[in-house]
Amino acid sequence: MLQLTGVRALAASGDSQASAPPILPYLPELIFGFVAIGILYWVVKTKVVPNLEKAYAARAEAIEGGIAKAEKAQAEAKAALDHYNAQLADARGEANKIREDARAHAAQIVAEMRAQAQAESARIVESAQKQIEAERQQAVVSLRGEVGRLSTDLASRIVGESLHDETRQKGIVERFLADLEAGEIRPVKVGGTDS
Amino acid sequence: MSFAALIPSLGSLSAEGDGGHFPPTPEGFWQPLVTLGHIGDYPIVITRSMVVIMLSVALLSWWLVSTTKRAAVVPGKGQHYTELVYNFVRNDVAKDMIGSKDFLRFVPLLFSLFVLILLNNLFGIIPPIQFPTMSRIGFPIALTLVVYVVYHWIGIKKQHGFLNYVKWMIPPGIPGWLLPLIVFLELLTFFITRPLTLALRLFGNMFAGHMLLAVFIIGGWELVQADTFALKFVALPAWLMAFVMTLFEGLVQFLQAFVFTLLAASYFGSAVADEH
Repeated sequence: MLQLTGVRALAASGDSQASAPPILPYLPELIFGFVAIGILYWVVKTKVVPNLEKAYAARAEAIEGGIAKAEKAQAEAKAALDHYNAQLADARGEANKIREDARAHAAQIVAEMRAQAQAESARIVESAQKQIEAERQQAVVSLRGEVGRLSTDLASRIVGESLHDETRQKGIVERFLADLEAGEIRPVKVGGTDS
Repeated sequence: MSFAALIPSLGSLSAEGDGGHFPPTPEGFWQPLVTLGHIGDYPIVITRSMVVIMLSVALLSWWLVSTTKRAAVVPGKGQHYTELVYNFVRNDVAKDMIGSKDFLRFVPLLFSLFVLILLNNLFGIIPPIQFPTMSRIGFPIALTLVVYVVYHWIGIKKQHGFLNYVKWMIPPGIPGWLLPLIVFLELLTFFITRPLTLALRLFGNMFAGHMLLAVFIIGGWELVQADTFALKFVALPAWLMAFVMTLFEGLVQFLQAFVFTLLAASYFGSAVADEH
C-alpha cells in the first residue's frame, strides 16, 4: 500500500524506468541476478554439496558396512557351528573307539584270568596228586615194614626164637614181598595139601 | 444496490482519492529505494528487488552452510530439512532428467537455482516483503542466461564443435527436402524458444500473481474507504478472495520454481545425451 503510494509518486516525478514496459530488463537488476546466482552457486558448490554428498556416501557405506558385518557374523556363526559339529563327531568317534577298546581289553583280561585260573587249578591238582602219591608211597613203605615185622613176629613165635636179626640180615621179608608183588608167589591156602 | 450501479462508483473510485491506487499498474513494480545517480536519462538505483534477492542469497547461504557444516550420517533437524529439499532436486529432478551417469555435476547449479527461485517467489506472499523478485524480468533473464550458456556449452563440447552440435540437433531419418525447415525449427527451439519461454514463464507467473493479489487487496482497501456502506461490505469477499489467491499463489510459486529447475535439468539432460 504505502509502497505503491510511493511508487505512484515516483512515476509522477517522471522516472524513465517506471513507464518502461515490464518485459524490458532493468540492467542493474540483471547484473544483480547474475551476482546472486553466482554467489549462491559458489556457496552451494564449495560448502554445501560436498558435505551433503560426503554424508550420503558415509550413510551408504554405513548401511553396506552393516550388511557386510551381519554377513560376516553369520559366516562366523556358521563356521563355529561346523567346527562344533566336527568336534562332536570326533568326540563321538573317540567315545566309540574307547568303548571298543574297553570291551576288547575286558575280554583280554577275562581270557588271561581264565588261563591263569586254569593253570593254578592244574598246579593245585598236580601237587595234590604228588602229595597223595608220596603219602601212599610212605604208607606202602611203612606197611611193608609193619607186615615184615608182624610176619617175623609170627614166625618167631612159631619157631620159638627171635628171627629178627636173621630176617633183617637176609632180607627175606623184602624179597618175599617183592616176589609177591611180581606175582611169583601164589597165595597158598595155609594148612592145605593139594598144592 | 445492483451490480450495474457499482460500476460507475468503482470508475469514480480510481479517479478520485490521493493519486488513485486502483487499479494497480505495471509501474507499481518499479520500486527504487536508493538513487545512486543517472547515466543520461538512465537511473542507477538500488531497487527493492535487488535488496530482496541479496537478502535471499544471504539467508540461503547462512541456512545451507550452517545446516550442512557438520553434515552427519544421522542428520539433525536442520540438516534433515535441507536434505529434504536437496534430495528433491538431486533425485527427483536432476537424476530423473539427466540420468544417473552425469547428473551429479549439475546438482549444485540446479539446487542453487531451485532454492533461489523458490525463496524469492515465496517472498511474494511472506510479510513484510510481499514482493516476488522474479516479477522484475531482469532476474529471470539472468538465471535463464546461466542455464542457456551452460547447456549450449556442454552440448558444443560434447559434440566437438558448433557445426556438429547443430547436426546433432537434427533427428535422424529426415527426408532431404524437409531438412531446411527442421534445421530452422531446431535452431529456433534451442536458441530462442527455450530461453524465452523459460524466462517469460517465471516472470509472467510472478508478475500476474502479484498483480492479482494487489487487485484484491488494494481493491478491498479502496472499497473500505468508500463512502457507501454497501461498498464497505463488498470489501470482505474481496479480501477473502485475496486470502484464497494468496494460498493459490504459494502453490504457483513453488510450481514455477520446480518447473524452471525441471526444464533446466531437461535441457542439460538433452545436451549430455548421446542422441537427440
